[in-house]
Parts: sequence; C-alpha cells; structure tokens
Amino acid sequence: MVGGKSTPPPTDMNRTLKRWFPLFLLPTLIAFLIGFVVPFFVGLYLSFCEFATIENPTFVGFANYLRVFTADSNFWYSFGFTALFTLVSVVLINLCAFAVALALTRGIRGTNLFRTLFFMPNLIGGIVLGYIWKMILNYGVLIPLFGKDLSYNSTFGFWGLVVVLAWQQIGYMMIIYISGLQSVPEELSEAAKIDGAGRWQILRHVTVPMVMPSITICIFLTLTNSFKLYDQNLALTDGKPGRMTEMLAMAIRNTYGVTPKSHGTAQAMAVIFFLIVAVIALFQLRSTHKREVQQ
Amino acid sequence: MIEKKQNRWLTVLFSVICAVYIYPLVVLLFNSFKEKEAITGQVFGLPTAQSFVGFENYLRGIRSIDFFNSVGYSLVVTVGSVALILVCTSMCAWYLNRVGSRWCKGIYYLFVFSMAVPFQMVMFTLPYLADRLGFTSPWTIPLVYLGFGAGLAVFMFTGFVKSIPISIEEAAMIDGCNPLSTFFRVVLPIMKPTYISVAILQTMWIWNDYLLPTLVLDKTKGYYTIPMAIQSAVTDSYGTVDYGAFMALLVLAIIPIVVFYALAQKQIIRGVISGAVKG
Repeated sequence: MVGGKSTPPPTDMNRTLKRWFPLFLLPTLIAFLIGFVVPFFVGLYLSFCEFATIENPTFVGFANYLRVFTADSNFWYSFGFTALFTLVSVVLINLCAFAVALALTRGIRGTNLFRTLFFMPNLIGGIVLGYIWKMILNYGVLIPLFGKDLSYNSTFGFWGLVVVLAWQQIGYMMIIYISGLQSVPEELSEAAKIDGAGRWQILRHVTVPMVMPSITICIFLTLTNSFKLYDQNLALTDGKPGRMTEMLAMAIRNTYGVTPKSHGTAQAMAVIFFLIVAVIALFQLRSTHKREVQQ
Repeated sequence: MIEKKQNRWLTVLFSVICAVYIYPLVVLLFNSFKEKEAITGQVFGLPTAQSFVGFENYLRGIRSIDFFNSVGYSLVVTVGSVALILVCTSMCAWYLNRVGSRWCKGIYYLFVFSMAVPFQMVMFTLPYLADRLGFTSPWTIPLVYLGFGAGLAVFMFTGFVKSIPISIEEAAMIDGCNPLSTFFRVVLPIMKPTYISVAILQTMWIWNDYLLPTLVLDKTKGYYTIPMAIQSAVTDSYGTVDYGAFMALLVLAIIPIVVFYALAQKQIIRGVISGAVKG
C-alpha cells in the first residue's frame, strides 16, 4: 500500500534530498510529536496511573480498567446506547443514501439541484446542527404531541440523535454512492435486461455487486462517525435525562474530574474507546485489501 | 415512454422530498425574525405582523457573545491551520516517499496509524501539552492542528506522490534545481487537485470543530470560535436561553458555510469523494 509500488529513487537525488530533511520533514514531525505522538503515549501510560494532575501520576496497574468495567462508571450503559445507536444509524443512513443515489443517477430533471440540497447539511457543524434540531423536535414535534421535550426520556433522545445524524450524513453517503453507480458500465445492465432480468434482479445481481466498494466505504464511514459522535450529542441532549443519552465520547469527558480517581478511569475509558475504533479501522483495511485482490 | 413518465414522477417526488429535507433551515430562518413567544409557541408558523421583530434578534445575538470576534477567530484558526497543513504535510509526504528509507516508512505508518485514533484518546494530554508550550491562542493553535491532522493529509498526498513519475523530478534536478525549487516548481503544480481536496476536507473539519479548540484555546482571553460561541450562548444562560437571539446566531453561523458551498461546490464534492478512504 505504502509507496510499495514505486521503485526506490536513484541514489543521487536520494542523497541530495536527505540533506534537506530539516526543511521538508522536521516541521511536520515536530508538530506531529506535540499534537499526536507524545499525547498518545503519555495518555496510554496514564491509563495505568492514578493522578490528580498529569505531572504526578502513580502507577496502579489495571485498577482504572477494573473501575471502568464495574458499576460506578457509566461505561456499560453508554456502550450499549452507542452500539444500538450505531446499528440503527448505519442501516438507516445507508439504505436512504443508496435509494436516493439510485434515483438521482437516472438523469431525471433537477438532479443537480437535488444533489446539492441533499449534501448541504453535511457542511454544517455538529453543534449548530444539534441546536437547530433541538428547537424543531422540541417545539415543533414533541411538546405539541406529547407535552414533553427531548430530556423527558432516553427514547426521545435516542431517536432525536438518529434523525440528526441521518439528516447530516445521508447527503454525504449519497455522493459516494453516486460516484460508485456512475462507474458501473451501462452495457452490463443493458445485457441483463436483454437476457430478461427484471429491474429488481438487475439491482441485486448487477448493480449492488458492482458498487460493493462504495458500500464498504460508506458502511465503515457511518460506523465510525456514529460511534464517535460527540458534538451533536452535546447540543441535542447533553446526555439528559440524567446520563441516559450519554454516548461513549461524552461519557469519557463527563467521567474526567468527577472524583480525583476518575481522571485515570476516564483515560482508561479513552483507551478502550480507541481500541474499539482501531478494530473497526482494521476490519476496514482488511476488507479493502481483499477487494483489491479480487479485482 | 414508461421510463419518461416515471422520471417525471420522480422529479415531482424529489422536489417534495428536498423541500421537506431543507425545511428545517427555512424554519430556522423564519424563526430568527420572530419574537420569543412565537418561536417556542408556534415554531412552524411564519412571522406575522405581531411576531415580526426585524433584525432585533440579530443585533441582540451579535452583542451578547461578540459574534464577529468569533468569526474572526474561526477564520484565523481555520485559514492558518489549513495553510500550514497544506505546505508542511505535502513537503513531508514527498520527502518520505522519495527518500523511502526504513525510517521514512516507519514514520509514514505512524501517520497512517494516527488516522485511526479518536481525539478522546489525547483529550487530556494534548491540551495540557499545548498549554505548557503556549499554543493556546488562535495564532498558535494551527501547530496543534498540524500535529493532530497530519495523518490524513500525509496519507492523501502520499497516495498522489506515488503516481508521479520520478523522471520528471530527476530531469529538474539535473537541470540544476535544488530539492526546494524542484518541489515548488515541478511537484506542487502537478499535485494541485490533491491540494484542493485536502484543503476542503481540513476546512470542513477545523471550521466546525468544537472539542479541540474548547480544550486548547485560552478562554479567559476571549478566544471563542463560532461553535464555541454558540455552545457558550447556551451554557452561560443557565436554562433561560434568549431564543430569538439564539436563532439569529444559528443563522449567522450557517451563512459562511452556505457561501463557501456556493463558491466551491464542485471542489467540495470532489474532495469528499477522494477523502472517503478515511475511517
């Protein structure tokens, strides 16, 4: 994957270039050390420590991790809430986005305008988006119908979050599906039609297999986006009622600083959170590789 | 014939769907011109002669949180960070790929690895380090963004660098160009599409980013970006949000995005497609 294909450059250019490393490499490398490498490894170490401030950690082994998994943290609840939310969002967003993409690749009038409008919510940040929907869901839907707002129970909050994320991401995934659909050669479905395949059969046996790469990308994108959701969560429900709509990213932040011991607990939760995201990324890498081999 | 008729129906159907889809933004716009009771009471109602308050909400909103200061800070942070990321990471990606030593490959894999790490992992340590180094102003936070955002940018630039035939660069070097002028005169122009894609993706991320600037910027000096200002308008009100002013602020927060979208729609969509590899 990495530069594996390009042949090593001749030594002449190589040697000259190496001398220029302070200019080409050093700025990014120093920033990378400060902005990622050091915080990452110190964070990893701190997850095994008890600390009041970052300067005075005491090593405590797996005590923080044990605390994450026992009752006094909101971890298991948040994890369940986040997992369910992710499942629902991934299915809903991808089905809608794919359906819209199918309809908007048939050359109907207004296609460009429709695409433009569908994509637009994606550019709005999670905080602003969350508050727009909070107003609409509270004063336009929930209070008139039930006399209660989003903070009444976790069901309202859950579906509120689903609506917000779907509204934001359907357009994004639609764009990726459209670019996939456009690369399917028309002769294929024409040939299938001549062979007597119905529209549903063409979709199932020709179109879907051909756009499988886009489907994989979109599923993984929605998976990580839903799992890591924070801004929309903060704006729409802020975890209310109680901590019942608190997703993992928010649980980590809200755990930090509750008691002196909870700094370490929060950092241990962050490590677990990272491991889950990393496993998803690893699956993505593998499925992309497999596909490349097949082609 | 049947297809044509179906397509006409689809156009009608999608006109309706799109109208509904974009309706929340229309509702927001209307409500920004209404008085408070008309917002919470009848959110879907149009402004009437009684409830219409002109630009009063906007004036109140802007004054309440120094909105234009926030626009300025957001611009400084976003433009500064994106510019720094583009220049530094493209040079870095080219160097890593062309030198190609074992060290370079190791560093490259570390960059790729960083793409899979969520911000929460460094949420406590990074702001602490940034604070100790004094990177807490809108003018210095680009260094933090360069560090945390380098992964995706290096990855995308490397993908393109690999496809550039090395012979062009060799020819330039033989003609007496040093690596720096080779990079800026030969490599950079070829990579222009990648620069645009990376710029779009990083802009979308940094402009809307909330948590990182909240934890890194020095708020005692009034450094609030737009998302931070919106959030503070809610948290500082302790439950009694001035809805009129708040709606106006939300509209103001969206306007720059709509303008940006109108100006660079094609590039934005191309950027999104080429950046879709990120997990």
